Amino acid sequence: MSGNAVYRPDANEALLTLVNVYKTFPVRASFFSAEEVRVRAVDGVSLSLQPGKTLGLVGESGCGKSTMGKLAIRLLDPDSGTIRFEGKDMARLAGEELRGMRRRMQIIFQDPYSSLNPRMKVQDIVGEGWFVHGLARGRELRDKAALLLERVGLTAEARNKYPHEFSGGQRQRIGIARAIALSPRLIVADEPVSALDVSVQAQILNLLKGLQEEYGMAYLFVSHDLRVIRHVSDHVAVMYSGKVMELGPSEELFSRPSHPYTRSLLSAAPMLGGAPAEHIVLSGDIPSPVAPPPGCRFHTRCFRARKFCSECSPLLREVAPGRFAACHFV
Amino acid sequence: MSGQSMFADTLRRLSRNPLAVAGAVVILFFLVMALFPKCFSEHDPNRINILRILDPPSARHLLGTDDLGRDVLARMVYGARISLSVGFVAESIAIGIGLIVGLLAGYYGGRADAVLMRFVDIMLCFPSFFLILSVVAFIGPSIWNIMIIIGITGWMGVARLVRAETLSLKERDFVVAARAQGAGAARIMFRHILPNTLAPILVAATLGVAGAILVESSLSFLGIGVQPPTPSWGNILTAGKDNIEFAWWLSLFPGLAIFVTVLGYNLLGEGIRDAVDPRLKGR
Repeated sequence: MSGNAVYRPDANEALLTLVNVYKTFPVRASFFSAEEVRVRAVDGVSLSLQPGKTLGLVGESGCGKSTMGKLAIRLLDPDSGTIRFEGKDMARLAGEELRGMRRRMQIIFQDPYSSLNPRMKVQDIVGEGWFVHGLARGRELRDKAALLLERVGLTAEARNKYPHEFSGGQRQRIGIARAIALSPRLIVADEPVSALDVSVQAQILNLLKGLQEEYGMAYLFVSHDLRVIRHVSDHVAVMYSGKVMELGPSEELFSRPSHPYTRSLLSAAPMLGGAPAEHIVLSGDIPSPVAPPPGCRFHTRCFRARKFCSECSPLLREVAPGRFAACHFV
Repeated sequence: MSGQSMFADTLRRLSRNPLAVAGAVVILFFLVMALFPKCFSEHDPNRINILRILDPPSARHLLGTDDLGRDVLARMVYGARISLSVGFVAESIAIGIGLIVGLLAGYYGGRADAVLMRFVDIMLCFPSFFLILSVVAFIGPSIWNIMIIIGITGWMGVARLVRAETLSLKERDFVVAARAQGAGAARIMFRHILPNTLAPILVAATLGVAGAILVESSLSFLGIGVQPPTPSWGNILTAGKDNIEFAWWLSLFPGLAIFVTVLGYNLLGEGIRDAVDPRLKGR
């Protein structure tokens, strides 16, 4: 076991820091029982995100990455832990102060169909933030909406239409326009291209990159797609069963993964730079988030697991400068 | 396609449903009658003529006369105005209350939801017709009282409907997005959730108008609804019941009008339900 420093998010320059964040959801144990059990969606996660950078959150479905995204901009409240945005403790914000803060953090959703109100015109969808914050109304709102829609690759005429008149990719552009309308500092992109055709995915990813260069906002980019994460991220956090398994700069993490879980993930994605160096096939399923295994969450499927992996939970420790992994063996 | 096209689509599907069209024609016919009574009868509905008591239908009095010699057609035509407006106003009140209660319960959830929905359960415990009867007996019958009472005893179904819709809509991404934009609770409820519940509400409203007309007729028939001499289909029927052995026309025509109108609203309501969302068909 290494005795290196445990990961501590750097709060000084960071735009967003999460320290020991926990989030559980109540579920009924079974249809007939009144007993309530709790799904541990996010189980002690610490992360930080620098202004203007992209942090990729990758993991299997159900690992808690989307919950992380919603926690980060306080669409959900954590059970415990601290979330700081621009140095402010998000949990302390309420009422008008929180509403004001919402201008600085936005979200792009996975499903371009359910994310747009079918009964609203596009100009009212993208201009909602301007309207509710009293920044633009009436003609001014319409003019600004036209410019914004052109910026995301749609025509100005799109503003008078309704969402159902657009394709999935176009609808995602509308969702992006809404997210950037208030010039936020942080955008949570929750699987923004997963529902799109591969050809459209590239267009949307390039649009997101272009917007980041132009406006300098940070992305918390949630995806299960390793290629997408590699393409957009500066840093990557690999999540498994509610915990961060590995964290580090994108290129290094992808070229030399250290955690067994990351290595098995990458070996399952051969399109990354030709043939994979190793071929690891995991057996079993992702553990139940209701009753996660003791010790290391990954030990039930890990090819390096030893007995004490099921007894002692590894901390996220520095394994190389700037690189962290939660494993006893690296 | 434009925004209007969703509406046009629905209308097109509706027009292909012959039963719904029949319902709409019936409703339209009685609406025109209520709005332009002079075109349907030149008689004064309240003019008593003791020389022509209980005349059978004739060229002069198409539907005959009643026990005071009043023209039945004229009374029915003016009664349509009363019966339909009671139906509309009562159901509007019911929709208004149901909407607000359903939105609040569904959106806020938790304790507010529990309190409001238990209140709905309590309201539903009363046999509504007897509740209406006793309240009317208490505050006295008048058209306005009838409208208000039918309204405030008929909103529970709408409240449940709107609550259920709100519960599912508030989890949708576009509502979460509105919250992320900084929209307040009122804006989310009325701008984002409410417009998306309108289709089922329209169906409930159409069916509800039929129910309200029926309740008004029943009340008037029992003599505690719209008071004579103001004509309503229900109280014409009452006058008919005393003379049913010699004057069948006095009972048949108002009864038929109530039956056909209620049927029309039901057919249209079901037609709208199928047209706004073909997936709901037969539910």
